[in-house]
Amino acid sequence: MKKLILTTALTCCMGAAAQADVVVMSWGGSYGKAQTEAYVKPFAEKFGIKTTMIDADNPATPIKAQVEAGNVSVDIASLEYADAVRMCDEGLLEPIDASKLAPAPDGTPATEDFLPGALTDCGVSTDIWANVYAYDSTKFPGEKPTTIADFFDTKKFPGKRGVNKRPKAVLEIALMADGVPAADVYKVLATPEGLDRAFKKLDTIKKDIVWWEAGAQAPQLLADGEVVMTTAYNGRIFNAVADEHKPFVIVWDGQVYENEMFAIPKGAPHAEDAMKFLTYSTSTEGLRRSAQWISYGPARKSALKEDLLFHDGKTEMLPNLPTYPGNMKNALETSMEFWVDHQTELSERFNAWLAAN
Amino acid sequence: MTETASLTTSDGKPLKAALAASLATRRKKALLLVAPLLLFVLVTFIVPIGQMLFQSVHNDGFSSTAPTLQAWFKDHPEGSDIDESAYAALAADLKQMKADRTAGVAGTRINYDISGTQSLFTSTARKADTMKPPYKDAILATSDKWGDPNVWRAMRDASSPYTIDFFLNAVDMTRASDGHIVAVPSDQAVYKKLFWRTIVMSAEITVLCLLLGFPIAFLLANIPMRHAMLLMILVLLPFWTSLLVRTTSWMVLLQQQGVINDLLVWLGIIDNGHRLEMMYNETGTIIAMTHILLPFTILPLYSVMKTIPPSYVRAARSLGATSWTAFRRVYLPQTLPGLGAGGLLVFILAMGYYITPALVGGADGQMISNMIAFHMQKSLNWSLAAALSTILLVIVMIFFWIYDRIVGIDKMKLG
Amino acid sequence: MSTIQTGEPFVVFDHVQKSYDGENLVVKDLNLSIGKGEFLTMLGPSGSGKTTCLMMLAGFETATRGQILLNGVNINEMPPHKRGIGMVFQNYALFPHMTVAENLSFPLEVRGMDKAEREEKVTRALDMVQMGKFAARRPGQMSGGQCQRIALARALVFDPELVLMDEPLGALDKQLREHMQYEIKALHDRLGITVVYVTHDQGEALTMSDRVAVFNDGRIQQLAPPDELYERPKNSFVAQFIGENNKLPGTVEALDGDHCTVRLQTGELITATPVNIRHVGQETLVSIRPERVEHKSEMIPAGAYMIDAEVIEVIYMGDIFRTRMRVAGTEDFVMKSRNTMGQTRLAAGQKLKIGWHPADARALDPIE
Repeated sequence: MKKLILTTALTCCMGAAAQADVVVMSWGGSYGKAQTEAYVKPFAEKFGIKTTMIDADNPATPIKAQVEAGNVSVDIASLEYADAVRMCDEGLLEPIDASKLAPAPDGTPATEDFLPGALTDCGVSTDIWANVYAYDSTKFPGEKPTTIADFFDTKKFPGKRGVNKRPKAVLEIALMADGVPAADVYKVLATPEGLDRAFKKLDTIKKDIVWWEAGAQAPQLLADGEVVMTTAYNGRIFNAVADEHKPFVIVWDGQVYENEMFAIPKGAPHAEDAMKFLTYSTSTEGLRRSAQWISYGPARKSALKEDLLFHDGKTEMLPNLPTYPGNMKNALETSMEFWVDHQTELSERFNAWLAAN
Repeated sequence: MTETASLTTSDGKPLKAALAASLATRRKKALLLVAPLLLFVLVTFIVPIGQMLFQSVHNDGFSSTAPTLQAWFKDHPEGSDIDESAYAALAADLKQMKADRTAGVAGTRINYDISGTQSLFTSTARKADTMKPPYKDAILATSDKWGDPNVWRAMRDASSPYTIDFFLNAVDMTRASDGHIVAVPSDQAVYKKLFWRTIVMSAEITVLCLLLGFPIAFLLANIPMRHAMLLMILVLLPFWTSLLVRTTSWMVLLQQQGVINDLLVWLGIIDNGHRLEMMYNETGTIIAMTHILLPFTILPLYSVMKTIPPSYVRAARSLGATSWTAFRRVYLPQTLPGLGAGGLLVFILAMGYYITPALVGGADGQMISNMIAFHMQKSLNWSLAAALSTILLVIVMIFFWIYDRIVGIDKMKLG
Repeated sequence: MSTIQTGEPFVVFDHVQKSYDGENLVVKDLNLSIGKGEFLTMLGPSGSGKTTCLMMLAGFETATRGQILLNGVNINEMPPHKRGIGMVFQNYALFPHMTVAENLSFPLEVRGMDKAEREEKVTRALDMVQMGKFAARRPGQMSGGQCQRIALARALVFDPELVLMDEPLGALDKQLREHMQYEIKALHDRLGITVVYVTHDQGEALTMSDRVAVFNDGRIQQLAPPDELYERPKNSFVAQFIGENNKLPGTVEALDGDHCTVRLQTGELITATPVNIRHVGQETLVSIRPERVEHKSEMIPAGAYMIDAEVIEVIYMGDIFRTRMRVAGTEDFVMKSRNTMGQTRLAAGQKLKIGWHPADARALDPIE
């Protein structure tokens, strides 16, 4: 029955990518562009395998639909960490043998070269990105916001706030702004009192929040002057500054970072080529190339050994990556276990909180 | 028997039979003519709606992955002691889940009921291969949550693929650990409020559309043809623009640094520090949706008004009615079919709208369709999305029925 | 132009002009007095201004210049609902969402009449048009004739002194129309109301009216009782518009009081009665009614003028024969002869002499 539903829903939209040999599905925008430049184009050139990039709002959704319908057209998907783990548990992804991944240039095996947590049963990390907040420096001629608490301080820094419309990485910063150390955030959040505390903190700025959903909206809201500061994916803000010379400044205090994973959907039509693509992309060189297009940190130690320049040839990348030591002073890694377990409940609570006036 | 029963055709067949045969051929031909459309509607409309209804009460995420437990629950009625045999069944299923990589599927289903159980399944399944009897101790050693009667209650409920739990969920109800149906805590109740808000906002939008559309339709119906054509193009213009473009233009106009606010500040009507908040709230949704849905009231109203000759109002006036009375007693009642059709159309469309509130609605301008989209696209809880959709469909049908009772569906005139 | 026939002038158009676009006058200097209790018909082709006059009287249009008086009061600025004029429309204009009784009750309701009185009046009005059984029907469930009766009853139910009718019988078939004409006339006589009736059907105008105002080009061409209109048309437009008419073009050769001599285009000299002939040498159209033309010598009146004719066709119409012939160069000269016992039926191609009395030949202005 379920298969029938999905077939009905999907058959109409699946024609587009049918021709290519390897189909990659990612998030579009400047991130999709970075992955196209860093992985897709050089891979196609080197191996002579036709490779196509297609966009989705969140690739997890169509991948789940395709696998359940038994009509998979995507070979590689870019997934958030929790989704990669959860979908792996649900048997929607092919397991990946980490020992087959490319070793570091100095010969260190991949399993040792990747940062802790960057390899899971079905996914390989391509980069580490962060939820940060950024402000428009022209709006604060005097004192500038420097801490996560400043984001919640509308007395000191009046003006609208842009916030991602989901509980993930929002409840966390609320707690950190309320004084919870990064290490204790998930412990506190797992208790009912801690959850109430997070929502209470959000209540203090609720009327000043403009909610955004697509990653590209955050820098847009800042540029339009609709908000004076906003949470954002750090790469989107970086590109707005580096490419468009916007007067935006990222505040790294209280950043919430996580791995972005490449995974192969179960039943991918070209699983072998997909594995080739994955190995090629997640090599030290591949990850470094990606970091030249967007400020997300490569997940390999070997990729961070040398300096990195933005593709404009002059901007230093390392200080702009979430993994740069200077940016990690008060940083929190998203807890995959916490969100896999509490996603449903917290989404509902969050939606209820949003709907309440 | 009557005489007609014995009537025959010239070649001796009974007349009734001959008539029926000729009618049957005609009916077959008619059926053949509509067959392509019927098939199309069936495949693209009826079947998906049927599937949606089915999915709202059917979720085999647990029942298909835990057959041993399913059998155990069948043999042991509710209230039975959760003994070693139950844990042995659980262990057998967990082992199979590990082999099939389906622990997450089972966990997801139970997690809909009891939050925090997704990883209970995945983490225990990982260790399932090494478990040895007595299974009760082995399993409880991995996590004491397995001793929670509520988890067992949830597994028993989920062992049947058919459930009304998603409908309970969709009306802010849940099951307590004893299986009784209770309301969810008020800080998690969201759907009833959203359904109500959806109805209220749709009604507000409908009323606004009718109020704004009525004079335009009247003008259209009563000015010379060449002016009417021009005005009609202006009315239809929004139809020819993509919904997204229209919504985005409203964002440009309405936002705090937008055109309207700039103009008001420039005119000195409002202070720069107190710009109006017309977007990312209910106001924004109502303004943008009213604009987008306005043609749906204007067109039916226009087509009805076009057929009302001016002599009716003249007659009323000559009979001694003031222009207001003539309008109220004579003109307005005759536009009812158009008002009804336009109103119903806008109301139903508004009930299901989702792009516009998603873009300009902010937090308090969200409608139930946004929640359905959320469960379809983000939380991936399709059964809940299906249950919410089913309720929305039923609400729309109830309003349709009320409309039919009050105005009469046969009186509707769409254009 | 204004001859008051009965009683006091009830409705007066005083130098009324109307223009819609500010350039062309639809009604040009209209002067008309209508007496109390009179049945006056405005007759004319479409676009002649008759309906505009009615609409100005009803209050749906305002006069560009001049004034309209009702009972001696200037009503130019008075809104329609205060005029108390009953009106019957061409398409009946019965309110489709109300029953017959509600339709009739409407004018009484807006006058604030109480329920008992309303019901009594509605019943009386329905009985008056023999529609008492139809009170609960809706207009959509009735035939055109029934609707027209209801429309009539509705226009009369609040006892107006003046009732306007805008081509009320236009949508009915011929038989029903004739029947309704008598009924309307009878009602008018019985109730003593003043009726202003607009139509383009000359038969209707002649049957019902006390006086007929023939409209053309925004002006009244002639205002007269039906018989006078038919028998003594004042100009060729009226002559042609009212009834059938033979026209022989020619030039006036001699003018002598109530006689004139006209030379037809084919050279014949005939005697005619001058109507609007001012001088010798003027172009003219001599008008002769077909039923006044005779071909049997014993029927031709003394002093009649005889002329050659050739039969082109004969149409049998039951009560009459309609004979078309060639006379003095025209091919559509018509003679109507009653289908009496001794009547001879002519045959196409037959040549004969026909004649008419000079009093029946009226020399009119030629139409441009």
